[in-house]
Amino acid sequence: MSSRFASQRVNAVLTEFGQITLLAREACVSLFKGRVAWRDLLYQVYFIGVKSQSVVLITGAFTGMVLGTQTYMQFHKVKMDTATLAVVGVSMCSELGPVLTALMVAGRVGAAIAAELGTMRVTEQIDALRALATHPVDYLVLPRLIAAHIALPLLTLEAVAIGILGGYFVGVTVHGIEPTYLWANMLKYTHQVDLVIGLIKAFIYGGIIALIGCYKGLSCGLGAEGVGRATTEAVVYSSITILIANFFLTLVMGKLVGLL
Amino acid sequence: MIEVRNLYKEFGGYPVLANLSFRIENGESAAIIGRSGSGKSVLLKHLIGLLPPDAGEVLIDGENIGPMNERQLLRVRRKFGMVFQGAALFDSMTVAENVAFGLRRHEQLTEREIADRVAGILEMVDLSGTENKKPAELSGGMRKRAGLARAIIYEPQIVLYDEPTTGLDPIVSDSIDQLMVRVRDQLKVTTVVVTHDMRTARRVGQRVLMLHDKKIYASGTADEFFASRDPVVRQFIDGVADAKEGLI
Repeated sequence: MSSRFASQRVNAVLTEFGQITLLAREACVSLFKGRVAWRDLLYQVYFIGVKSQSVVLITGAFTGMVLGTQTYMQFHKVKMDTATLAVVGVSMCSELGPVLTALMVAGRVGAAIAAELGTMRVTEQIDALRALATHPVDYLVLPRLIAAHIALPLLTLEAVAIGILGGYFVGVTVHGIEPTYLWANMLKYTHQVDLVIGLIKAFIYGGIIALIGCYKGLSCGLGAEGVGRATTEAVVYSSITILIANFFLTLVMGKLVGLL
Repeated sequence: MIEVRNLYKEFGGYPVLANLSFRIENGESAAIIGRSGSGKSVLLKHLIGLLPPDAGEVLIDGENIGPMNERQLLRVRRKFGMVFQGAALFDSMTVAENVAFGLRRHEQLTEREIADRVAGILEMVDLSGTENKKPAELSGGMRKRAGLARAIIYEPQIVLYDEPTTGLDPIVSDSIDQLMVRVRDQLKVTTVVVTHDMRTARRVGQRVLMLHDKKIYASGTADEFFASRDPVVRQFIDGVADAKEGLI
């Protein structure tokens, strides 16, 4: 009984993965056919990027301050206080910046996309689009996907910058670390490649959030319950996918950097 | 021309349409009637490719749309305008933006030309002055009119109506009926109306087809159909419940 349940679950997960892949392929077809609606794309960049700034900035700032404090507490024991911000810099650039930004955006934007498209589906607005000879992927998915790919790296840059500044502020004002060495060590140990890795990750996470949000919305069940479930699943699935993808991306990009 | 051959469709193992065939000629106006849940809307969605058949063929101007993918269907759908049961207006847009949607997507027109076309079509459906209203600010009848304006603004060859008068009071229903007749006569379009409103079927449909027991049970001109003595047709026209249903 339990093995049958497990095989059904695996089958369902693989089916969904396949359907999301097909959605991504259709979005690529749409992109290469030049079906981008520029006005909608601009609006989505505003909605996903500009409107997510406050939540991303708060997350980045407090993460940087907490990380700075924790690192200082350990490093102070071995008299390495001035290396505190270097740890904050490297962590924020390659790991915490992109992952926390993506999780915050998944909660805000992934849910909104799934709810909007889900409501359109249950009120026959998606069918109306199709009846008006408009492909839903051209009109609904592509602008959101491109906008998320653009917005996530920019939001990550902001989160990284505010996180490092938060760590610097706590280090200097609360823990009394010498500011010149603190900043110099951060610049010395935080390399460009750390930031590039973070931005590549953010670009990929943008796609994950938009694709899963769109897929859940377009395939949601009927009625208010269906929309509610699609919204919840969009957030949960994209958050889990981001965390799992982060592990593999760290592994692969770490190896690649090692080879260079 | 619309032709359906041996259409079969099931949901969750339960057949909704089986061996269903009929044909509607260019310029003809057909009303498809049947009880709630008999598969009328499912049938209508097959005609425009919103649902794929499990078996059988749907031919539009001789072209079988069943095996087409979503992108291939876009070309065929330009021949259609469809009015949905709940109007299905895009709630983030104004009435004018809704009505202009098809024009903006598929035709190269200036803003001035689009505005003129929208004003003209809104006047035709008696909705002048509502350009800047959102769908939530409209009554049920006004939404249906706006949905109709959106469907016919790019002058399609075929207009499909899904339960156009459901949920409307008799006076508003009458005005929608008149509007459908006006669109049919002025634009010379092929019209397919799915309804269980006998008055709409009689006024709009030059031919009436009755969907019963998963297939077209009866068809004929409006006069022939409403004079039918078949007990199933009679029961539906007269609106008489089964003895068992009367007890519910």
